[in-house]
Amino acid sequence: MSTARVALAIAAKDLRIERRSRVMLNQVLPFSGVVMVLFAFALDKANLLSRVAPGLIWMATLFSLLVMVQRSFAVETDDRAFDALAVAGLSPTGLFLGKSLALAVQLLVLDVVLVLLAVVLYETKIHGGGRLALAAVTIVAAVSVLAGIGTLYGGLAAGSKGRDTLLPLLLLPMAAPVVIGATRSMEAAFATGGIAMREGWAWAGLLVALGVLTTVGGALGFSALIEE
Amino acid sequence: MTGSTSTRFTRVLGAATLLGTLWLFLFGLFLSPDDIIQRRGVRIMYVHVPSVWLAYLAFVVTGIASVAYLWNKTRSLVWDRIAGASAEIGILFMAVTLVTGSLWGRLSWGKYWVWDARLTSTALMFVTYVGYLAVRNLGGTHQQRAKRSALVAIFAVIEIPLVHFSVERWNTLHQEESVAKGKLQDMMLFSLFSGIVTFTLLYVWLLIHRQRVLAMQDALDDRELDRALIERRAEADAAAQPATTSAGV
Amino acid sequence: METSFVLISYALTFGGIGVLAFGLMRRARQLAQRTTPEDRPWT
Repeated sequence: MSTARVALAIAAKDLRIERRSRVMLNQVLPFSGVVMVLFAFALDKANLLSRVAPGLIWMATLFSLLVMVQRSFAVETDDRAFDALAVAGLSPTGLFLGKSLALAVQLLVLDVVLVLLAVVLYETKIHGGGRLALAAVTIVAAVSVLAGIGTLYGGLAAGSKGRDTLLPLLLLPMAAPVVIGATRSMEAAFATGGIAMREGWAWAGLLVALGVLTTVGGALGFSALIEE
Repeated sequence: MTGSTSTRFTRVLGAATLLGTLWLFLFGLFLSPDDIIQRRGVRIMYVHVPSVWLAYLAFVVTGIASVAYLWNKTRSLVWDRIAGASAEIGILFMAVTLVTGSLWGRLSWGKYWVWDARLTSTALMFVTYVGYLAVRNLGGTHQQRAKRSALVAIFAVIEIPLVHFSVERWNTLHQEESVAKGKLQDMMLFSLFSGIVTFTLLYVWLLIHRQRVLAMQDALDDRELDRALIERRAEADAAAQPATTSAGV
Repeated sequence: METSFVLISYALTFGGIGVLAFGLMRRARQLAQRTTPEDRPWT
């Protein structure tokens, strides 16, 4: 089976599992909603919230990412399904790309919901097609990076005792550049924090470059990890 | 001292390191002059700067050793142990760096912390070190430990400059203060330089000893594993015996 | 304040070095008693 077909098959499998179990819908989305509400309690002032909304969206995304990655690999290590896939001789690159793709799709849904929540709860506004486009590109690029590093570190920590507490420690520092870039870019899209659109697009460009780097590097790393 | 990790080379190295460390201590704390502006506070520089140097050196060595392990032609657990030993040494000096730097910052700039690129990426480097060491303790075979941690180290080496760049770009938006450097007298400069040299010797000394300790630990673990396998096999054989003897009577 | 910060810095640095060095030597001696010379190719 070619790498691309493996990737699509794995992604389809993961998304099918999600459609049947509805863990994302019933647990992760409400979780992120609660996080957004708790931010408001923690930060107290309404006009402060609209200014920091982009940062809050990405922090809520990160928290949810931890849960989603653990879920993504829990379905593999239960019944030792992961070992079975690796032994079956499937291309590790395909495995990586497939799991990343499934994770990215779910993150995409999550972030759209979070932006809508920000509009409702934090009085966020997006005026005009240009800003909307920037927000969209930012989300797609950031999500692809997060999905890549999530899959990589999820695979590393999967199936070992102590993995639950180790994953956040490994994953979050890696996500730092994404938080910096995606937040600045969204600040431009939401017109908070005084960042010009051109600066915002520059950050979005950085995220796209990171996305490419993560996909290639992640595939290489994942292959090295799986191969004996 | 028989049968430990010392050899003639390490004893010579250790002696030189000890002398250099003693000198650094004396000079830094007592013999060096006060700074015109910072007064006594400048003495922290003599331990802070060599610590930074050592922490970064250790980080780089861990990265290089990790690549050496993963590359087929040079694959050897010695590289894995060098990587691990280097990280253990590095993390201590990184902690020292962050604390001494923070104290020095309080004295020089009035703040315990600023969000400039250097401090921020150093702090994040510290956290990735912690994660790296945790991965090394996940268990499994020596080879599994080596491969997992080597990958983590390589990703960390790629990521830290990225963080540095992002924070720098972020800061030019807000014009954070940069770390101002005053002029240093010759004697101070010389002592700073000798401090860096001493700490480099110290690093090598610590690295050699720690790698050897890890080698002994690995050998012991292998021996115990073999012993356990032999015992299990003997148990299995013994369990198979009684059926034949009772039937033969 | 300066004096105490300087002293803390030096205590941490040289104390840390001392703890690391002595701990390392002690561990080396402990393990050397339990291993055979083959495990120690540097001797």
